[in-house]
Amino acid sequence: MSENQHEQTPAADLDQWLIFGDPATRRKFLKQVAGTGAAIALSSKFAASTSQAAEPVDTAAPAATPPSAAAIDVRLTLNGHETSVRVDPRTTLLDALRERLQLTGTKKGCDHGQCGACTVLVNGRRINSCLSLAITHEGDEVTTIEGLAKGDELHPVQAAFLEHDGFQCGYCTPGQICSAVALLKEGHAQSDAEIREWMSGNICRCGAYTNIVAAIRAAKEKTAAA
Amino acid sequence: MNPFTYSRAADVPQAIADLTAKPHAKFLGGGTNLVDLMKMGVEKPESLIDINRLPLEKVEELPEGKGVRIGALARNSDVAENELIKSRYPVLSEAFLAGASPQLRNMATVGGNLLQRTRCYYFYDPAFPACNKRQPGSGCGAIAGFNRIHAILGQSDQCIATHPSDMCVALAALEAVVRVSGPKGEREIAFADFHRLPGDTPDHETNLQPDELITAVDLPASKFAARSHYLKIRDRASYAFALVSVAVALEMGADGKIATARIALGGVAHKPWRALEAETALAGKPAGDEAFRAAAEAALANAKGYLHNTFKIELAKRSIVRALTTVTAKA
Repeated sequence: MSENQHEQTPAADLDQWLIFGDPATRRKFLKQVAGTGAAIALSSKFAASTSQAAEPVDTAAPAATPPSAAAIDVRLTLNGHETSVRVDPRTTLLDALRERLQLTGTKKGCDHGQCGACTVLVNGRRINSCLSLAITHEGDEVTTIEGLAKGDELHPVQAAFLEHDGFQCGYCTPGQICSAVALLKEGHAQSDAEIREWMSGNICRCGAYTNIVAAIRAAKEKTAAA
Repeated sequence: MNPFTYSRAADVPQAIADLTAKPHAKFLGGGTNLVDLMKMGVEKPESLIDINRLPLEKVEELPEGKGVRIGALARNSDVAENELIKSRYPVLSEAFLAGASPQLRNMATVGGNLLQRTRCYYFYDPAFPACNKRQPGSGCGAIAGFNRIHAILGQSDQCIATHPSDMCVALAALEAVVRVSGPKGEREIAFADFHRLPGDTPDHETNLQPDELITAVDLPASKFAARSHYLKIRDRASYAFALVSVAVALEMGADGKIATARIALGGVAHKPWRALEAETALAGKPAGDEAFRAAAEAALANAKGYLHNTFKIELAKRSIVRALTTVTAKA
């Protein structure tokens, strides 16, 4: 890399200092961050990516556990589409979504059930997809952040997060939104204190909590008024 | 994670047969603790038997007013919200809601909660060489190490880990019964006999046999369960393990004095700690600060702290007083 190129491409600078590791890793990271924004703003793209996901993609990223002799087919209804994916028994639902089904809206934070970034809805209930083995979800209905909007119409919780600026970096946002969708359905948003308690499984390191609570309160009022 | 074979059990007899037939097999319920420990390399089962499809998820009344039966696969969130539990055993509902997060409670089963492993740092991370629970005979990293979250009651020189469950503290106070099924049939284990103190075998945590499956937890009918409460003290307002927790249940006599008291402590011992001395101290006494403090002193009389956790002794006493004060004020 010449000195000239170096100055012209700040991203290359990051590569040199290994901020994101190798360029492939960085591109993957940027794709994931972009995916977060899209999760909120570009719902129509999501409908497209969801239908693609209905066909399993067999180009597992190196990070994914490669299918082995023990691999098992799992059929599930993913964001409304019948889907089948062949996974090693060790694959978590989170890794199956991200690495095998190319739905990278769901995020891997701690990978130990402590941060909530991986929250998805299974049969309408919120769970941590990082602690759930994909093979146990045969026949289940799974909804991810990509499946919340109806075409171009954002889910009321997505719209409220945008309107109330319920995020900063956005990494925890898909999990926050999926968790909030379930929270409203559970009826645990009667007060700000109750929202805080029942959202305690979703950590936001940027500390956007004030606006997250405001967004959920607004979404609740809007849904109640509708 | 080590490779394992996966199978789904269709019924209870098949689950038990598979457990004995397959090498190093474990049952998989909600997975919130087991899958995490497999990721950490602490648990390395060679076979996982998925029991999630077994019909053990109901919460139902026992005949003849004998109490309530909770299926081993009932999810923590469903039991917490169940009307029978909320009205007759409020301490259990409160304990569930004080534990984990809504996501984890949706996954975690009652049977799995009974078998939760400790969150002792030295146990949970195999990078620490010494843990008698993980590797019998390797020593205890916590006794001379960082022991802020560790036990103050019933510990041994082999292990000072604590049991992490909230649910189990409530079940200890409610004198629950654990129902298990094995090749020889069904049997019942009184809650006080289910978990073990560490002694010389801290790796041997319960009296469940290796070929048995937990099928249900029975809550007996009682005169004290309806007036009950769970208090949890932790490092943050929500979503953290207990430093100290207290489950209390009281039956008040017609004379306005305490007829029966049940007290169990969490975060202080290798098992949910039933404070029998405190219960005895309260019987026949008028409810009030004097009796509550005397009971708290009795409960912690044999407590022993370490370098970082001595604060738990006074914290536990004050928590007992506060929990008793709260439950007395309940109608």
